Amino acid sequence: MKIGPILAKRGDWLSPEGGDHPVVISSRVRLARNLSKMPFPGWAKKTERIRILDEIKPEINCLNQMKDGFSEHLNELSAVEKQVLVERHLISREHAAKGVGSAVMISSSQAISIMINEEDHLRMQAITSGLDLLKTFQMIDEVDTALEAHLDFAFDPELGYLTACPTNVGTGMRASAMVHLPGLVLGEQVNQVVNSVNKIGLAVRGLYGEGTEALGNLFQVSNQTTLGEKESQIIERLNKVIETLIQRESQARENLLATRRTTLLDQIGRAYGILTHAHSVSSKEALNLLSIMRLGIDLGFFPEGGRLIINALLMETQPAHLQHFSQQKLAAEERDYRRADIVREKLKSFPKPNNTKESGDHTADPAPESK
Amino acid sequence: MICDVCKTNPATVYLTQIVDGNMKKVNLCESCSKDKGVSDPTGFALADLLLGLGETQQVEQASPAEQCPACGFTQADFKKTGRLGCSDCYATFADGLSSLLQAMHKGIKHTGKVPARLFRDLARFDRLNELKRNLEEAVTKEDYESAATIRDEIRQLESGEVDS
Ligand SMILES: [Zn+2]
Ligand SMILES: [Zn+2]
Repeated sequence: MKIGPILAKRGDWLSPEGGDHPVVISSRVRLARNLSKMPFPGWAKKTERIRILDEIKPEINCLNQMKDGFSEHLNELSAVEKQVLVERHLISREHAAKGVGSAVMISSSQAISIMINEEDHLRMQAITSGLDLLKTFQMIDEVDTALEAHLDFAFDPELGYLTACPTNVGTGMRASAMVHLPGLVLGEQVNQVVNSVNKIGLAVRGLYGEGTEALGNLFQVSNQTTLGEKESQIIERLNKVIETLIQRESQARENLLATRRTTLLDQIGRAYGILTHAHSVSSKEALNLLSIMRLGIDLGFFPEGGRLIINALLMETQPAHLQHFSQQKLAAEERDYRRADIVREKLKSFPKPNNTKESGDHTADPAPESK
Repeated sequence: MICDVCKTNPATVYLTQIVDGNMKKVNLCESCSKDKGVSDPTGFALADLLLGLGETQQVEQASPAEQCPACGFTQADFKKTGRLGCSDCYATFADGLSSLLQAMHKGIKHTGKVPARLFRDLARFDRLNELKRNLEEAVTKEDYESAATIRDEIRQLESGEVDS
């Protein structure tokens, strides 16, 4: 299958079938594997990388999970196509920079994607919507188990799966959740929460980080260590932290509703106003305003059904998506116009925020600070 | 605050991690954080950065081996890239790597998944070691009857290894 049809479809984790979670947008688990007796991709010569690719690719093609999937060599993809895959979290930024001797294979549902000759010979990931790291792990574990019957993976009884970078050795697993924390950001508690999570060997970072702010209030929580714990223990540890994050975020949202209702309504109203009327919206502005719209849905100011539209817009307003679907290379300015057009169109039937709901005491509100 | 990598641009990305009871802090500017792959949090580990910030010295100091016999990778290459050349490099540079691994991970012994094929070998390996210990014990105790039985079992297991 060619890349066009794959990109035209939304991934399962952004589709109506995918579950909704007010805080956790997606769960992702990645496994790193290497063939034994072969140099790692970064050290291998071009001919060796091609040989490795030729050995691995047919085995993946045979997998049930990859039936009717998409498969392409990196040198056959355009820069925009690669970037679209990055924006969808199907390949890494590093992989997008690869060419001859590297490939990407994606299942038809886009739940499974496999990078060949990224930093390791194999980087396999599963992504699902909402919070279910264990299920996500099992999906990719099955792929790994099927492949190991045919491929001789580099493994050491003491050190586990051997990877190009010592930071991945052991399980070779990186599990992560994408979390939406607008309450903690608006409540100015996010730094404190992020720091406490980072202290226990898990990493939290803005997903679209530019400077200290996390665009779209989106964060990624992941394990930093891969050796010395079982996969299930790592996931359990992550789950505990994510549960805490969800709790803190919910508290922060309740707190905002109770004490800064007007500020909150103002933010939501402005987000709605700008997105439904603006004619030029930067990618940064879109992310931040769509995040507030999502919060508005979570808090009942917009109908539940709107979440899918917002999820889709979060993806479709990113630079490469815009360019891919408008079939042309766009200058930054044109992208902003086009982005605004798409958002206005998609939000045409979106109702105004319903703020009559359980209105609190407005006098308790502190004066909204000017930005 | 100034970026720890380029030492020129102001740092905008702050990372903290407790490793082995020590707080490790790295501050990065926007362009260095992108260079180091920090922009993709799933592909990123702080230890990765530490590799680029002089911790690879440990490998150099502790490893007698200069070059991996399997792939030709050298310590200098590791220092430059923070990546190894092939899976055999782990054995080649084992001495130096062990302290590095200890600093970056929860433990230094893999306890997770084992490829099914190896799982059987490993179980046999563990059993063999156990039997050999038992044998020694039996011999010390001059319990020759048990020793003979254990020896038989060891022989059986070892011949099985040749079969597979
Ligand atoms: Zn820098
Ligand atoms: Zn080597």
